[in-house]
Amino acid sequence: MKVLVAVKHTVDHNLKPFVDAATGQVDLSQARRGINPFDEISIEEAVRLKERGQVTEIVAVAIGGTDAKDSLRHAYAMGVDRALLVETDARLQPLAVAKLLKVIVEREQPGLIFMGKQAVGEDYGQTGQMLAALLGVGLGTFASGIQLGDGFVEVTREIDKGTQTISLQLPAVVTSDLRLNEPRFIKLPNLMMAKKKNIETLAASELGVDLANRFTVIKSSEPPQKPGAIQLANVNELINTLRKAEVLQ
Amino acid sequence: MSILVLAELDGNKLKGLAAHVVSAAAAWQQPIDLLVYGSQVDEAAKEAANLSGVARVLVAQADHFAHPLVEDVQDLVLSIAKEYSVIVGAHSVLGKSVIPAIAARLDVSPITDVVEIHAPSIYVRPEYAGNIFSRIENHQSLQIVTVRNTAFRPVSAGGNAEVVSISVPASRALSRWVKEDINHSDRPELGSARVVIAGGRSLGENFDALLSPIAEKLDAAIGATRACVDAGFAPNDLQVGQTGTLIAPDLYIAVGISGAMQHIAGIKDSKVVVAINHDPDAPIFKYADYGVIADLFTALPELDKALQ
Ligand SMILES: Cc1cc2nc3c(=O)[nH]c(=O)nc-3n(C[C@H](O)[C@H](O)[C@H](O)COP(=O)(O)OP(=O)(O)OC[C@H]3O[C@@H](n4cnc5c(N)ncnc54)[C@H](O)[C@@H]3O)c2cc1C
Repeated sequence: MKVLVAVKHTVDHNLKPFVDAATGQVDLSQARRGINPFDEISIEEAVRLKERGQVTEIVAVAIGGTDAKDSLRHAYAMGVDRALLVETDARLQPLAVAKLLKVIVEREQPGLIFMGKQAVGEDYGQTGQMLAALLGVGLGTFASGIQLGDGFVEVTREIDKGTQTISLQLPAVVTSDLRLNEPRFIKLPNLMMAKKKNIETLAASELGVDLANRFTVIKSSEPPQKPGAIQLANVNELINTLRKAEVLQ
Repeated sequence: MSILVLAELDGNKLKGLAAHVVSAAAAWQQPIDLLVYGSQVDEAAKEAANLSGVARVLVAQADHFAHPLVEDVQDLVLSIAKEYSVIVGAHSVLGKSVIPAIAARLDVSPITDVVEIHAPSIYVRPEYAGNIFSRIENHQSLQIVTVRNTAFRPVSAGGNAEVVSISVPASRALSRWVKEDINHSDRPELGSARVVIAGGRSLGENFDALLSPIAEKLDAAIGATRACVDAGFAPNDLQVGQTGTLIAPDLYIAVGISGAMQHIAGIKDSKVVVAINHDPDAPIFKYADYGVIADLFTALPELDKALQ
């Protein structure tokens, strides 16, 4: 069975973003970029399924500019078999991304599609759900465990007060949560080898998909900074202060 | 045109979320229909009808809604969507899963995790783990939205909505509920508790023994950092933060927590933040209102004693 993993080349999760006062937009020109951590977890899960002999081929697909090739090389170094870049310089919104992925799914016909539950950055957290809906297939969000069976996948999901297990007919879309696995450490020789591998490139504009933005970010701002904690000498003083402020009875 | 709000059930009862989402939906000043689906909905429908600001409660009862699956909720909402100009759900596990799916089928881009609404089409939502707030203009005629419940004050009881049964489309059976492992606890729920005390990985194996007695005295919920959960010291449903539960208690007490930005993202709406940490430079002190620089292994027993 073939597995498709969607990969976003995105801003580093340790980034402290700031707003450019002139444009009122987040300035990412200097931001370090890399593979979205949730997508790395998806790749790890796919590679483990392949190592167990349950999967025959893993295809990674990224949508973005040529710099997204870095994340696809990262995917190669982790063990995917093929990489595909749907190239665009536009900052696409999740619906357009889901529509492009649908085209790729129809072309590749994977049995299982892995996506991250969200990408670091705008934190939309929508694309996997939209792809499943557009394809008319089952959806397992926030996966913390999966069991692949014959024609179905069991997904354990993190819900409010514990976990839930659902079974999805294949093909299906699964979105990875942080606790699904711990991605392997990439060895340097693997990364060197990945540099030589082929990345097939398609132009996003030629896939017959409406890529128009549906909403506009008018203005971004940083939340007001707190002045910093008032330091109290000990726990008793803390309790007295909280009682005086009527936070505690 | 009217507004459709999606409710959620906990067993056969209406989740408290509904009161927050109805409150958010009031921004449009249009009649609000509250959709309640489940396998036994009588009790929840009564609770829903009692929320002020709700014009009608739409009741969809079917066996397959005992444990609602995304595809079934999607099909139900699609069957009535054309009557609405706005569809709103909670930014909950279910809402996050189902709202984008509904939107895609209607060729709409949803606006998720909204914390402010300026009707009809301007929103504010957090990005970059809450480090940025962006003001968004939605150009679509159909507005589909999830709202962060802690950002909207719940509506009160005292409504008297009409209750209407609607028919339920057959299930496509693309997925099947298998089981749930729920951690039962007598403590208040993390997402809605008035007081939360949370610990980091430095509490170690004694996480529960250190925090439980204090939580009991404060009638507080217990939370944990991801590092603490990953180390196996606390169950995963206690995780607070960007990828855990978002909380907005009146009082949040962070013990042995460094204050990583993904953790802070989940506590930003707390009214008063207290941090106990032995490192004076721990970032958590930048976000806290009150701090105590102390070793937690002596501070926690002291705190417990002081509350007696
Ligand atoms: C994509 C992504 C999503 C994430 N989502 C979340 C999330 O939702 N929630 C979350 O919490 N984290 C999340 N994280 C992890 C986050 O970045 C931090 O690693 C984590 O919050 C740190 O947990 P901690 O404070 O317990 O541990 P540490 O960062 O190790 O901090 C331990 C703290 O304890 C203090 N300490 C140690 N011993 C004592 C003592 N004896 N007395 C007093 N103080 C002591 C130290 O001074 C330190 O400040 C996420 C990370 C990523 C990459």
